[in-house]
Amino acid sequence: MSYASPLIAIVLMLIGGLLLFTLLGKNPLEGFKVFFINPVSDLYGVSELFLKATPLMLIAVGLAVGFRANVWNIGAEGQLILGGVAASAVALYFHESEGAHVLILMVIAGGIGGMLWATIPAFLKTRFNTNEILVSLMLVYVAQLLVSWLVHGPMMDPDGFNFPQSRMFEDSALLPLLSDENRLNLAFVFAIGALLAGYIFMYRSFTGFQMQVAGYAKDAARYAGFSAKRMIWIGLLSGGGMAGLAGMSEVAGPMGQLTEHVSNNYGFAAIIVAFVARLNPVGIFFASLLMALLYLGGEQAQQYLALPSSISNVFQGMLLMFLLGSDVFINYRLRWKEATA
Amino acid sequence: MTSAMDADHAPRLELHGITKIYPSVIANEDVSLSVKQGEIHAVLGENGAGKSTLMKMIYGVAKPDAGEMKWEGEVVQVENPAHARSLGIGMVFQHFSLFETLNVVENVALALPGNPDLKQLAGQITEVSNRYGLPVDPQRLVHALSVGERQRVEIIRCLLQNPKLLIMDEPTSVLTPQAVRKLFDTLRQLAEEGCSILYISHKLDEIQELCHVATVLRDGKVTGDCIPSEETPKSMASLMIGKELPVPEHSAPTELGEIRLQLSRLSKTSEDPFGTDLQDINLEVRSGEILGIAGVSGNGQQELLYALSGEEPVSDAGAITICGKPSGRDFPDRRRSSGMGFVPEERLGRGAVPRMSLTENALLTAHRAGMLKYGMIQFDKISAFAGKCIEDFNVKCGGSEHAANSLSGGNLQKFIMGREILLIPKLLVVAQPTWGVDVGAAAFIRQELIDLRDEGTAILVISEELEELFEISDRIAVIANGRLSPVKKLADTNIDEIGVWMSGMWDQPAPVGAVARD
Amino acid sequence: MDSSIISSILFATIVAGTPLIIVALGQLIAEKSGVLNLGAEGMMAMGAIAGFAVTLHSGNPWLGVLAGMAAGAAMSLIFAVVVLTLMANQVASGLALSILGVGLSAFIGKPYESEILPTVGAIRIPLLADLPIIGEPLFNQQALVYFSWALFAGIAWFLYRSRPGLVLRAVGESPSSAHSIGYHAIKIRYLATLFGGAMAGIGGAFLSVFYTPLWVEGMVSGRGWIAIALVVFATWRPFRVLVGAYLFGGVMVAQLFVQGSGLEINIPSQFLSALPYLATIVVLVIISRDQNTVRLNAPVSLGQPFRPEA
Repeated sequence: MSYASPLIAIVLMLIGGLLLFTLLGKNPLEGFKVFFINPVSDLYGVSELFLKATPLMLIAVGLAVGFRANVWNIGAEGQLILGGVAASAVALYFHESEGAHVLILMVIAGGIGGMLWATIPAFLKTRFNTNEILVSLMLVYVAQLLVSWLVHGPMMDPDGFNFPQSRMFEDSALLPLLSDENRLNLAFVFAIGALLAGYIFMYRSFTGFQMQVAGYAKDAARYAGFSAKRMIWIGLLSGGGMAGLAGMSEVAGPMGQLTEHVSNNYGFAAIIVAFVARLNPVGIFFASLLMALLYLGGEQAQQYLALPSSISNVFQGMLLMFLLGSDVFINYRLRWKEATA
Repeated sequence: MTSAMDADHAPRLELHGITKIYPSVIANEDVSLSVKQGEIHAVLGENGAGKSTLMKMIYGVAKPDAGEMKWEGEVVQVENPAHARSLGIGMVFQHFSLFETLNVVENVALALPGNPDLKQLAGQITEVSNRYGLPVDPQRLVHALSVGERQRVEIIRCLLQNPKLLIMDEPTSVLTPQAVRKLFDTLRQLAEEGCSILYISHKLDEIQELCHVATVLRDGKVTGDCIPSEETPKSMASLMIGKELPVPEHSAPTELGEIRLQLSRLSKTSEDPFGTDLQDINLEVRSGEILGIAGVSGNGQQELLYALSGEEPVSDAGAITICGKPSGRDFPDRRRSSGMGFVPEERLGRGAVPRMSLTENALLTAHRAGMLKYGMIQFDKISAFAGKCIEDFNVKCGGSEHAANSLSGGNLQKFIMGREILLIPKLLVVAQPTWGVDVGAAAFIRQELIDLRDEGTAILVISEELEELFEISDRIAVIANGRLSPVKKLADTNIDEIGVWMSGMWDQPAPVGAVARD
Repeated sequence: MDSSIISSILFATIVAGTPLIIVALGQLIAEKSGVLNLGAEGMMAMGAIAGFAVTLHSGNPWLGVLAGMAAGAAMSLIFAVVVLTLMANQVASGLALSILGVGLSAFIGKPYESEILPTVGAIRIPLLADLPIIGEPLFNQQALVYFSWALFAGIAWFLYRSRPGLVLRAVGESPSSAHSIGYHAIKIRYLATLFGGAMAGIGGAFLSVFYTPLWVEGMVSGRGWIAIALVVFATWRPFRVLVGAYLFGGVMVAQLFVQGSGLEINIPSQFLSALPYLATIVVLVIISRDQNTVRLNAPVSLGQPFRPEA
């Protein structure tokens, strides 16, 4: 029932995309092929798809937990950065060490880093009732400035010719690959685990139920005695922790170091993924793949169609807009029901 | 154009075969009625009979799907409320359409066409309010007005447009008995001046007292017309619901048991800047009795309920004692553990989650009855509970998987009440138990409360319907301006005394020559 | 600090605050009708690129401003349809608009990244501009600065002294009551939203055509969000929006303060750049603590969809 609107939105987005290609003077069918087919035309491409989808899955499931309870963590981008920074700090501190402990500590640091950054809006909301959307978003800008300062200064590679980046991480600080043929790494396993855990939490646990009630009818949640403060903390920290973990998986994965471009707008793309997936972990799996395809398609478009790669963002924005517009079908159903009561 | 002679004979308003169909219900079917000049015409029916929908069409808020309307002899299609007003139709809504952050003059101005001068308007308001006995201060912000005063603003707003037809939708649900008398005087004065009045209500005694003619609606259809003064409440009731009005069995209470709820010097500042602060409330409710609290809406009932349920705990734990346990600071789940059950006045959105199924809604408070294992939900147990609730409490629905918002008001209320009762509370607090509920379900609910009392539960009922309280309470008190009156046994008082108390005047002696009602 | 430095700081503060005033006042009107449009950042970005591109091609900065206004309004129209007619969730839709606007503007703006516009001269008001210290900052400014003051005065009058303003406030408090009396609540919300979008577009065009006459992806840098926070901080009152905008403007040009004070402190530029965002958080906390004032002044129906019955 409610899965009709994501499908409708995708179709509309495709139509919009074809129109866009035409407006830009490109052959729409060629544009479609380059953007949507090229990236996954071989096995390596498919692995890249999963690689790009991994951080999206992680973040989106964490955000979905909060969104279900009407806790709007919009600052995942900043939490990802902080997770990457924390994990990098551990990697650089241990850059002379070997052993599994490095990676384990990095994972923990990444999660904690993201959670710490999410603690700020959680605290301000529970204590002062400050709007978490604006606070978490402002902290994104602060996080970006923070990482900029770090890689221009304290964390800069001393042998790096003054480029704003950290040392490259040693092998002990990199996530092990799942295969020799491609770049997929352990983070993908984390992502699947997170999706499973998210599913059980949201649909089978009582706390997950409480959060759903809080999202649907906050007066009913209060009437039932469900602690609103607890939901706010859980909602924000789950997104923060997952985003931090995603940040760690970026610096300890394909990037192998800390730079200003820790994130490729993943924090915001994950919000779209969560929505398109209707906050459902199964949907998040597929929506992440779709979003990853949009990213890869942009890169292909840049190479083969001479279009700026930011065309990905246009597709992403269109997808979300169409999804929200398609929800009219759900709304009509709700309105219909209200007339009977 | 009607000639002068016709004007004396043509009805002011005629409806022929009006039908209105919504996607899932036929709100009005082939309704016809006729209102003469200067006539007070009742539209009688229980909740859900289609009265409000009919009025909306007369006032232009909705459009009929079939049928025609004649105004002073001419066929007319009312496009919108502004059009209705220009024809001379005024409407006083049941749920006021006033703006709290604006003052009285601004509120009235918004309902008038053009851009009236506010100073001049204030003068006109004062003049009209004096003429019809509806005192109100034009400069006051509406949020500072009592419910009765707000209704006066609504009425004055209509009167300033010299209406020829005034529609009053359930006007007395928010008034004390004394205020109701005053309103009736105003309405009679208007009728004598030639204004027709459509009076919507389900209160048979009021209609008998005030109205010349009555049209009865049931399930969207007209089931009869009558002259109220020639009928008995019984005959009108049978026209209204099609069968005998059920009367709950209310025997005298048995042995009174221990104190289950104690309020000691309960005081609380309202969280709402427009609310009423509670002051120094003292109260006891014992096992085996029903204590009713009467009062006009807006006198602190909301705040009292939030404090009792734990949705807004107070700082003094000892101010509220549940089964001997100081509970003032506890949140609702703790209070339920202490033995309290709570049925709020808002069903959808507070007592139940509209979008969720009845099974999920059962989980809301019944989770403590063994539904959880290591924090995980046991769906089969919860399903069984919901099923039992539906069966035992006669809830008409498509099944426990159906969403709460697919039930009618009465059935949802039965479900919520059933859910709380199945948890075997030692203390049950109920707010507005039968508001907006059809007569059959209302009688069922009241009987359930009485049966529960007989089994030893202490029950506190807060309601704005005096008749209901007099039907089921053993003892009764009044809340006014955040303070609680002394508590009296039902047999020691009467509706008129309680009516006086509803204005806060319990320190005065009872009115001389007061006649006990029924 | 000598007077010329004070003067420069005031000047820069006013300029920096101007786009915030314009955008926030537009937001204020939309919110007064009950519509919460979180897409301000995206609308500003589209206004910026539209203004820049049209100015570049036409040579006329005022055409650019008009283009910016149109772009902002067009974006807000998308939002209005999704939220007012299709009844989608306002928070999610506003976010979507921001993402779309920022992404679309980056895409359209790619070819313009190396272009520079000629600077537009300020409009000097004779005599008044010669006043010491405040003369230059107040009376030798860009036309849009004077516009922002006129906008403030106009909106204050509109809201509290005009009939349409009264109707707007009524709709914001209770669209269902307004509807019952016969006002077209949805239409009024549409108009208010479009106005907000137009103002956001002008604010964005100001940035790219007058403030720093070039185009860079992400140049709006969160000003749209700050404008939204500003409306909350000002508890929906126009004068407070004015004051707040200049306070933020001052924080944004903090670097000048540091330099002008003559102190030899080595503060990393990133820290100074982070100040406006941190300041936004601080003011939000301050205002949220006073829940009573917020409740008394916030439009009651803010963010809630209104479904008129058939």
